[in-house]
Formats: sequence, structure tokens, C-alpha cells
Amino acid sequence: MSIVLTAIVVLLVLSLIFGAVLGYAAVRFRVEGDPIVDQINALLPQTQCGQCGHPGCRPYAEAIANGEPINRCPPGGESTIQALADLLDVEPLPLDGEHGEAKPPMVAYIREDECIGCTKCIQACPVDAILGAAKQMHTVIIDECTGCDLCVEPCPVDCIDMLPLPVTTQNWGWIAPPPPTLVADQRGVS
Amino acid sequence: MAITPVSSPHAMGSNRTRTIMLQVLAATVPGLLLLTWFFGWGTLINLLLACGFAVLVEAGILRLRKRPVRFFLNDGSALVTGWLLALALPPYAPWWLVLVAAGFAMIFGKHLYGGLGQNPFNPAMLGYAVVLVSFPMEMTSWPVWRGAEQLQPALTPTLGLLEGIQRVFAPGSLPADGWATATALDVIKNNNSLTLAELRSAEPALGSFASRGWEWVALAWLAGGLFLIRRKVISWHAPAGMLGALGLMSLLFWGGSGSGSNGSPLFHLLGGATMLGAFFIITDPVTCATSARGRLIFGAGVGVLVYVIRVWGNYPDAVAFAVLLMNLCAPTIDYYTPPRTYGHAKAKRGLGKVD
Amino acid sequence: MSAQPRIWDIPGGIHPPENKIQSTARGLEHPSLPARLILPLLQHIGSRAKPVVNAGDRVLKGQLLAVTDGKFSCSLHAPTSGIISAIENAPYPHASGLHEPAIILDSDGEDRWTELQPTAGWRSLEPVALLDLIDSAGISGLGGAGFPAAAKLLSRPDHRIDTLVINAAECEPYITADDMCMRHYATQIITGIQILSHILNPERVLVGIEDNKPEAIAAMRAAAEGEPVSIIEIPTKYPSGGEKQLIQILTGREVPSGGLPADIGVLCQNVGTALAVHDAVVLGRPLIHRVVTLTGAALERPTNVMALIGTPIHELLAFAGLQPERLHRLVMGGPMMGFTVDSAAPVIKTSNCLLAGTIDELPPPPPPLPCIRCGLCAEACPAELLPQQLHWFALGKDYPQLERYNLFDCIECGACAYVCPSHIPLVHQYRAAKSEIRSIELQHSRADHSRRRFEERQARLEREAEQRERDRQARAERAARAKAAREAKAASEKDTPAPVAVAPDLARIQAKNSTLTPEQKQLKVAASTARMALQRARKQLAANPDNLDLQAQIPPLEQAYADAQRAFEQATSQEGS
Repeated sequence: MSIVLTAIVVLLVLSLIFGAVLGYAAVRFRVEGDPIVDQINALLPQTQCGQCGHPGCRPYAEAIANGEPINRCPPGGESTIQALADLLDVEPLPLDGEHGEAKPPMVAYIREDECIGCTKCIQACPVDAILGAAKQMHTVIIDECTGCDLCVEPCPVDCIDMLPLPVTTQNWGWIAPPPPTLVADQRGVS
Repeated sequence: MAITPVSSPHAMGSNRTRTIMLQVLAATVPGLLLLTWFFGWGTLINLLLACGFAVLVEAGILRLRKRPVRFFLNDGSALVTGWLLALALPPYAPWWLVLVAAGFAMIFGKHLYGGLGQNPFNPAMLGYAVVLVSFPMEMTSWPVWRGAEQLQPALTPTLGLLEGIQRVFAPGSLPADGWATATALDVIKNNNSLTLAELRSAEPALGSFASRGWEWVALAWLAGGLFLIRRKVISWHAPAGMLGALGLMSLLFWGGSGSGSNGSPLFHLLGGATMLGAFFIITDPVTCATSARGRLIFGAGVGVLVYVIRVWGNYPDAVAFAVLLMNLCAPTIDYYTPPRTYGHAKAKRGLGKVD
Repeated sequence: MSAQPRIWDIPGGIHPPENKIQSTARGLEHPSLPARLILPLLQHIGSRAKPVVNAGDRVLKGQLLAVTDGKFSCSLHAPTSGIISAIENAPYPHASGLHEPAIILDSDGEDRWTELQPTAGWRSLEPVALLDLIDSAGISGLGGAGFPAAAKLLSRPDHRIDTLVINAAECEPYITADDMCMRHYATQIITGIQILSHILNPERVLVGIEDNKPEAIAAMRAAAEGEPVSIIEIPTKYPSGGEKQLIQILTGREVPSGGLPADIGVLCQNVGTALAVHDAVVLGRPLIHRVVTLTGAALERPTNVMALIGTPIHELLAFAGLQPERLHRLVMGGPMMGFTVDSAAPVIKTSNCLLAGTIDELPPPPPPLPCIRCGLCAEACPAELLPQQLHWFALGKDYPQLERYNLFDCIECGACAYVCPSHIPLVHQYRAAKSEIRSIELQHSRADHSRRRFEERQARLEREAEQRERDRQARAERAARAKAAREAKAASEKDTPAPVAVAPDLARIQAKNSTLTPEQKQLKVAASTARMALQRARKQLAANPDNLDLQAQIPPLEQAYADAQRAFEQATSQEGS
């Protein structure tokens, strides 16, 4: 009987000690904020377009940290989904078609003949990529434009087009050849 | 541009997978001829059975996988697998044994992993190991050179053709005694009473250096291997590693010429399937290590394991198991033996950051 | 020159059939003047040159057409006299086939030079002055990469260059441009090398030539007699002519990964660039022509030509007797590193060869087999990479491992793909992987930049909102204080005894008000309005005392108020006493 009592007492004492240590550690080494959200945000393309259903990339990063599926970002495309899957150690999913299709990189273009200088698009742009002022000409700074297309809706005269980024010899890249077994799959090859 | 342009280089060298494979087969011809001379038609029958079945199985699987059959058969890899298997198996092995080995090699050794270039294990050795473990009786029946009783070798081969075919296809119908015996490796391993000199006069299986008859076959494999190295079909690193390590091990643990002897280095180098393994089996590029240094280490590993299993293990010959074990290690060897790239101070060893 | 300095060997390498003899039989020819020249603004590594002429301008040969724009840029000169037809997108020699902005020059056939300023006494010039001459002559590397020469010579100004390497190896099959250049212009090349030496002041100058060019070696040795320039014969092996490889052969040193040869005290220039330097300094001529090899079995008369920059390719091929029905693939450069071009594109400063291949010569690539892991590629790689591993990782798109296995140290020489028995398009895979990695990195840095911009914008909007809030509060406070002050004043006024004179006024006004006729009330309102307007104007003037308009407003308002007040008083005084 005394053995059982001794065992209970010893275990009790041990659990109190470890509980105290854990409690102390929880307070002393507390991490402010949630670094995983920063890491997720760093992988997102920062277009702040809202296609994922959240008002910007950081809210979506926070949602992902709370368990939301990682396949809702069309501008990020497959590479972003893969990177998120690697970071969070989950399975990469195909892009959720409900939230938009993956498109080639686009930039906004304002047709200057039609612009009335109302500044509605300037207020809408999340990265201040539109140059202009009230009753002055508005124009898009291509280097800053992320292609989020949030400026297209507010424009009262519908003078903004989304155009694909022009391919020049400076940004053209080789496309990977098909893998060997795939090429050899063609009938009639011998 | 929608169509991606053709990339340089626009000229191709004359290397072809098929040519490499055929050159390997050509290098086995001297050994094959000697085998036929000493032991008769057994190896040739093996060859027909193994190669034919291997090619058939590969064609069947390619059709199942909906791949272009002729394109992949043309690269000659199925032929080589069957051929080497036939050379490794005992002559006059029953036909079903050969077929099981070849079928297993092709299905489980190669196509299960995705076909050419994807398999981690040497298919021929996998087939060999499977039948060795499953049918030990048949796999330890090695024919002895009939000319052993006479001073001059007889010109007629060991068994006539018809008898040979009968032996292969209807093994139960002929008397078993008198034509097969234990190999030299077996003899040395199990011997603990006679000195080597006494053993040599008692056992017909032992020849001047190693196994009677087999030693010349081993020298023929060596010649073929040197031919391949000269033609730059294989590199010298893996064979050198294996033979060097085996020689070193047998030197260290020789045990003299008394009853406790484990066999001289020459005995081990020329006995069993050492030479065949060194130049034809471990140099299989798919399952060997990638870099030069890696191949040396790979070969050395095989050599050490061969000796260990031969002397302290259960089996008299161990090339198959040693090769399979080192195949498992090949990826790790690759990670730790990359060359030092131009412009870098040291090579980057190790697996890298694993997330 | 009897004892050759020590040379080293490069690892790997291959020995493809040389095929150089076809194009050396006819010496160096000079094709006729083309009718139209296409001069792209980007013929080098770096940023496009900026045009200084307009469509319709008449230009002379050697006249400046475009100036350098930025640190890594190169100027462009007219290869012949004529009229600028347009400045627009035109065919460009690039693997993508995309067009590039170019100056289109219609030649007038006269080939008249502009005024040149040759410098015979260049030895007395300062290096800076020589660099200026090289820069204004629009010289970029003629070896293939095309780095602007002046920028390259200044690439690491704090590093001491102790070895000047001249690349005359020309290791690629079919190409014989440098060979012909050396046979015909050896003296000028040596002078050019001396000019470069004068600028850099190295301890030694090494010219590396492969031993399959005996005539060129002899010519260069003869021209370099007595000069501190070492002509070194190196064994023929592809790719000994790569910059990194040649440096390794001649000096035994390795260029650090991601660095420049200047980091180890070496500078490498092509032998054609040295000739251009001579022309620029001694003759005062800008870079307007270069030696181009025209070869391939589809040509009847393969040869080398001194072609004007901007000559359309089809004209040169016609000069060499192109048989269009036999042409299967047109490659600019050699068979190992060249790229396919359209024959409408022009020859630019980096074009050293045009290879018109028949179907037997440059057959279509056979379908690739899977990799059999033979390791021949690793044996052939001059950079000691593991092309096999790179292949597997590229198939699996494992970009971190590709970088770990030093993908970016690959010089894309093609030796691995050449020896591959399975015909795997290795170089194509590596190029695609490099493009992909670069674009992902670019995307990340752009995303980072956009994120910071977005966060700054959010911060700015917050600040503005807070500022508005503070202003609103301040206004509210001021209003409250003013109100309190008014109430306090009113209260204090109530406390003190009112002067007697006020009360009767109050009574009088009240009595008057209750008995005012509508007309009098109107006049009273008019007077009040005028007074308010005057007070407002006075307040505005007090806030902006310098404003002349405001100043001008006051007198008429004062007058208006005075009139209105008088009218009202007259109206009311008639009533009362």
C-alpha cells in the first residue's frame, strides 16, 4: 500500500514540477504575433486582388494559418500552391477554379483619350501604381502594377484595359522540352 | 512564339544506347565460347531461353503500358539482361528456372519501377537472387569439366546436344549423379581438414589457380572487360574498386595454404562470378553510382561484401547479394561523392537542406 | 618563343568533327553593298542604345546613329552612307524569333565616310582617353557574348589585372572567322592587343590559339615578333574557347562561381575585338563590320566574308550560293552553341558564323530515350557538373536541388547533350530550368516590393485618417472653447451694471423694431448683409494681407455698407424723432 502511495506522491510531485516549468516557458518565451502568417504572406504574390475571397494577401495568409485551403490564389498559380504545400507540409491541391483562372501576367492600361480624371482608380489601387490627380491625366506605372484588376470596376467611363505583359527578347524564356518517355509515346515512332 | 525553338546543340555524337548494349554483349563472346568449349551447350540453351523470354516479357509489358514496343525493344536492354542472366545461371539449369529468373528480372526488376533507367536494383542479379533462394538444389548443380579425368582435355564437350536438351527440358529423366558437383568455392568454404595441396589432388573441381575450367572463363571475362574499358563503354573505376577490395580482403584474411585457408587472392579473383560481376554486372550504368569516385566506392563495397559473404556467410558465391546490397547504397554514395564544380572551392556533400 | 609557357588541361571536353576546311578555301571575301541594312539598337549585353537620328535623315558611313544609354550600353554607327528609312521593330537574330527596335538604313550606294579622327600616336594617350575612343567607337565583344568593351575593361576598377588573355581558340566546329581574321590582319590585331595592354598594363599577355590553325599561329607569331605578347598553341578540344575554360588552360586559375575573371586578375578579350580596337584607335573607324563565316552543306561556295553590320542574312547566304531546297536548318553560330534564326534577320556585332545545314548535316533531333545513367555526360562536362543529376532534377522541377548542384555554373556548351546515347535534350532542359528559376526569383522580388508598397499605402491612409480625426477633434475643441468664452463673456457682461445709455437704446430699438414697416425692415436687413460682407472681406484680408484682389474688394464693400446704413437710418429717423 505504501508503495502505491509513494508512486502517487512521486508522480504528483513530478507533474507539478513539469507543469510549473511549462507554465514558466509559456510566459517567458511567448512569441508575439504569429510568425507562420508572415511566412505564408511572404509566399503570396501580393497583388491584393481579392480573388481568394479575402480583402488582400495578408488576410488570406491569416486564413490559411487557420486552416483554409491553399489553392485559392490564381495570380500565384501552381508554384505558389507548391511552395505553400512545402511550407505547411500538406498536399498540394490543384487551383480552385471557383476563384479564378491562372492567367499570364497582366498589367492595366488606361486609355488616355477617355480618362476623365476622377481619381476613382487611384483610390482603388492597392499599391499606388496609378499616377495622377483630380482632373489631371491618370496613367499606370507598369513596373509597379501587379495586375490585380481592382481598378477596372471603379472607372466610371470604363477606360482601363488589362493587357498581357509584352514578351521581349529581355524577358523571353525557354520552355522545358517534354519528358523523354512522353515524346516516345507517339505512335509511329520506331 | 508559340512553338519553342530547337535548342543547341544541333549536332549529335555517335553514341547510341543500342550500340553500348551491343558492345557489352560482344565483349562477353570470348567467355561464352570458352563456356561452350568446356561445358557444352548448356550456356547456349540458357541464352536462348533467357533472352527470348526476357524480350517477350518486355514486349508484353510495353503493350500493357501502351508504350511503343519496337522503339523500346530496340535499345537492347532486355537482351542484355537476359544474356547476362544466362551467363550467370548454371549451365543445364532446368528451363523453368531460367524462365522464372528472366521473368522476375524483367517484371519486378525493371518494369515495376517504370522501365529503362528507373530501376534501383540490377535486374539480372535480382532474378538470380530470387531463384537462388527459391531453388537452392538446382542452383548449386554446376557441371564439372568432363576432361578432368584425362591429362589432355577432350575435344568433345561435356554433354552431347541431345543429352543437354534433355537435361534442360526434362531434368528428372536422366540420372543426376556423376555430372554435377560442388564448385571450387564450395569446396574451399566447407573444407577444414585437408591442406590445399591435398585438396587439389582429391577434388576434381579445383584447377591450377581456381576452379578447373572456370578459371579460363574468368580470364575471358577479364579480357572482355578490358576491351570495354578500352572502348570507353564502361569506366575503370567500378571494376578496379571491386577487384582491388576483394584482392585486399582475401590478402588480409588468406589464412595460408593449410586447412583453415580461405583461398588465395587469385583464387577469389578468378573463382566464381567475380570477373563476370566486376566487368559486366556492377558496371550496369542504371544501378551503379554516378560519379567516378562514387563508382570506386561502389565497387569497393561490392568487393568487400562478396568476400564477407563468401567466407563468413552462408553462400559459397555472393556476387548477386553483394551487388543488390550495394545497389541500395548507390543513391547515398551519390549524395556524398559529387565532383567539385569549376569555380567552387569544395564539393557540396550531403543531402542538402531537407525540409 | 621557343619555350612555350606552361598550359593546363580542362576536365571533360569532346572532339566533334571539325568541319573547318570547307570555309577556309576562299580566303576573306567582300560582298557587295546591301541595299538595306537593319541595325538593332541592342547588339550587346545591357540596355538598348538611344537613337540620335530620325527617319528621313541622311547619314554618312561611320556616323553616330545611337548613343549609350546607361552603364552597360554600346553606341551604334552607320555601316554605310544612306538615308534612315525608319526606326521600328524589325527582325532580330534571337532564338525566340521576336523583333527588336532597329534603325533601318537604305544605302545610297556611295559608301561615303564621315570625318574620321585616327590617332597614330596612341602610345602617348592616357588609358582614360583610349577607353573613351573605344567607347565612342561602339565596340562590344565580338566573341559571342557581346559585353560592351569599355565597360568590361572597367569592370572591377579596384582589381589589378595581371594577365590579359586574348581568345583566339575558336573551338566550335565549322567556325573559322577568327582564323581568317588572324591570317589577314595579324599585325593590326597585335597592335590592338598592345592598345589593350596599354590601358590595363598587365604583367603578361597570352594569346590562346588551338593547334588546328597552323597558318594563323604562324601569322600571329610573325606579327608578335619582339613584342611582349605570347602566342600559345593549345590542344584542340571543345570547349577550350569558352572564356572560363581558356583562362583555366592558360593560367591554371578558375574564375570563382558567380564572379568575373577580373576577380582573379585576368581579363579576356576576343581576337576580333582586338582588331576592332585597332581600327577604332589607329584608324578612327567605329565598329561597322566584322568577319562572318558562311558555311554548311547547303551553300555552294562556303567562305568567310567581311560583312557590314546590319546586312540581312539572306543576302550573305545568296553571296555564298545558298541552295534553298537543300537548307534544313539555319543556325547563327556553330552547331554546338548556335541558335536557329530567320534569314530576314540581320548580322549584328556578335554574329560570327552562319551555318546553313542540310538535313544530313543537322538532322532533326531523334526522340529521346530515358536516361540510362551511363555517366558519359559527366565525363564530358568541362565545368565538372553532374548533368545526369541536373536532368533528373529538371524533370522533377526541383529548383532548390538544381541550384544546389550548381545549375548556374553550366556554360551551355552542349558537350553533355552531344555524347548522350539517349539523345536527351539536356541543354534545352537546363535553359528552361534557368529561365524558370530566374522568373520565380523576379516574381518574388516584385511581390516583396508590391507588399511593401501596399503596406506603406495602408500606413499612409491610416495616418491621413488619424490626421483628419485629430483635426476634427481640434476644431471641435476650438469651437467648444470659443463657445465657453462667449458664454463667459455674456455672463460677465450680465454681472456688471449696464450703462444707462444702453438701456434706453435697447428700449428704443425694441420699440423701433416692433414698429418697423416692411420697407424699413428690408433696409435693415440690407444694411446687416452689407455689414456682414464687409466684415468677412476684412477677415479674409487679415488672413491674406498681400492679396491685391482682397484689398480691392474692401472699399466698394465699405461704400455699400455706408449707403445701406444711411438708407436705413433715413427711413427710421423719419419716423422717430
